[in-house]
Amino acid sequence: MEYIIIFIGSAFVSNIVLAQFLGICPFLGVSTKVGTAVGMGTAVIFVMTLATIVTWLIYYYLLVPFHIEFLQTISFIFIIAALVQMVEIILKKSVPSLYQALGIYLPLITTNCAVLGIAILTITKEYNLMQGVVYTISIAVGFTFAIILFAGIREQLELTEVPKGMRGIPIALIITGILSLAFMGFANLV
Amino acid sequence: MNQWKNFTKGFLRENPVLVLILGTCPTLATSTSVSNGLGMGLALTFVLVMSNLVIASIKNLIPGKVRIPAFILVIATFVTIVDYVLKGYVPALHKELGVFIPLIVVNCIVLGRAEAYASKNSVLSSIIDGFGMGFGFTLALMTLGGIREILGAGTFFGMKVPIFPADMQGNPKTILIFILAPGAFLVYGYLVALTNRLKNKLN
Amino acid sequence: MAKTESTFTNMVATMVIIMVLAGLSLAGVVNLTADAIAKSEKEKMESALKEVLPPFDNDIAATRKEVKVNEKDKLVLYFAKKGGEDVGVAIETFTNKGFSGNFRIMVGFRPDGTIINTSVLEHHETPGLGDKMDVKKSKFPNQFKDKSPADFKLQVKKDGGSVDAITAATISSRAFCDAVQRAYDEFVKQGGKQQ
Repeated sequence: MEYIIIFIGSAFVSNIVLAQFLGICPFLGVSTKVGTAVGMGTAVIFVMTLATIVTWLIYYYLLVPFHIEFLQTISFIFIIAALVQMVEIILKKSVPSLYQALGIYLPLITTNCAVLGIAILTITKEYNLMQGVVYTISIAVGFTFAIILFAGIREQLELTEVPKGMRGIPIALIITGILSLAFMGFANLV
Repeated sequence: MNQWKNFTKGFLRENPVLVLILGTCPTLATSTSVSNGLGMGLALTFVLVMSNLVIASIKNLIPGKVRIPAFILVIATFVTIVDYVLKGYVPALHKELGVFIPLIVVNCIVLGRAEAYASKNSVLSSIIDGFGMGFGFTLALMTLGGIREILGAGTFFGMKVPIFPADMQGNPKTILIFILAPGAFLVYGYLVALTNRLKNKLN
Repeated sequence: MAKTESTFTNMVATMVIIMVLAGLSLAGVVNLTADAIAKSEKEKMESALKEVLPPFDNDIAATRKEVKVNEKDKLVLYFAKKGGEDVGVAIETFTNKGFSGNFRIMVGFRPDGTIINTSVLEHHETPGLGDKMDVKKSKFPNQFKDKSPADFKLQVKKDGGSVDAITAATISSRAFCDAVQRAYDEFVKQGGKQQ
């Protein structure tokens, strides 16, 4: 039950993009086609979950015992960068088909502030490992859901006459605003 | 290059937030009020100037292949310093900005300036570039924060702006949506459109 | 100055040097700011105590008493005296029913159980909605003043209680009531004075 509440709360109510403002860059950048949005979403779910597990272990079994919590930001960003590289190499060697599908999105993820943000938030929220993993997966599913929805809208937008000054980023932001408004309707779910 | 031009390019022509669309996450999240926008802006300016300074001074000592990790290390150090200093001396602001302070590490503006500017230019130009870009960022955040705070909370820098009627509990009936998430996207969208127009007129 | 070559030794050496320098300077900053961080935490607590209690003259920090609720959460009690007489109790309480997780507030009670005032210590509620439970942001918390939870039902009106919820932030309002109720229960359990 607790896990269901975490899931709904983090995937829909406080959607990472639409309510917490994390991961906006890939959200705006890789959302012109539904296909690429699905790819990016899957890659994010994968990397984010891995990153949270590793950073959680490092934080509680390395940083806390040695009282060097102040190295949190530095160590987390390096772990994430290294992890992305590793995932890329392993996928390339062992699961080439998956690599072909996700490969190009992986380098983009290092600079995705959502991954680092969620790793840090899992620590600040004092979740245990299991809660942290559920939390991260829900957040990532929420991200995927939002980016696919948004890509769908943008595909339609291609066919619409948008006033010149509003083309590109401005109209994308305004649509995100309306989407975010719609997601506020989920607020009473938990 | 003319240093004055170097300084002012971040204000409008190459404004990191409104023209280059970099650093969108903290822009949207921390612009709930003018003072938060100012705080975030100054925190980022400090990191930007210091990391530009260090990177421009050691650019020749770093082997090309480990360039990016070395830059990130320098940036992360300054971010952690800002984090602890704010926590100690301005705890209220530290609480408001929350996770977005450590996230300055992955802010594209900082790494972008380090890679595109500081690693190729002199120390002085890099510092000036850091200040210019930082002020441009701060300016954009304060504009966004100002609009959202006035319309959404009925205040400006915490002072009451008496343009809204009061409700039954005596609180002003403001347009709440502006201080919430959707308002951030809407105001930002229109500001970008406006800047585009302004820029086109100037050219 | 010539550019350093990208040989393996050079790369490792550069990274190690930068890392050591970064680590050392950070350790320095952490030490320098440790006092300031502790001091600002203490000041926050003291100003919250002043807000929720009547004037007192005893050493309030010495009366601090912790009550563990479970392994993670606790209530903290402070007893205010003036001229040797009990004038009030401040209870640091919490709720985990907030819209964005836990938040902690401080509630002050007179010896007869009426609420003097409340003060928000830490929260993650939505700016513009849930954060109105802070007296600096709206008049919502004023309705608790001078009420005794014995006859003032600590539930929002929607749930049959006596509290006017914050517009569009029912969850935060419910959680706020939950925290105040938890403080009051502990107050009753302690008999309203230092034992």
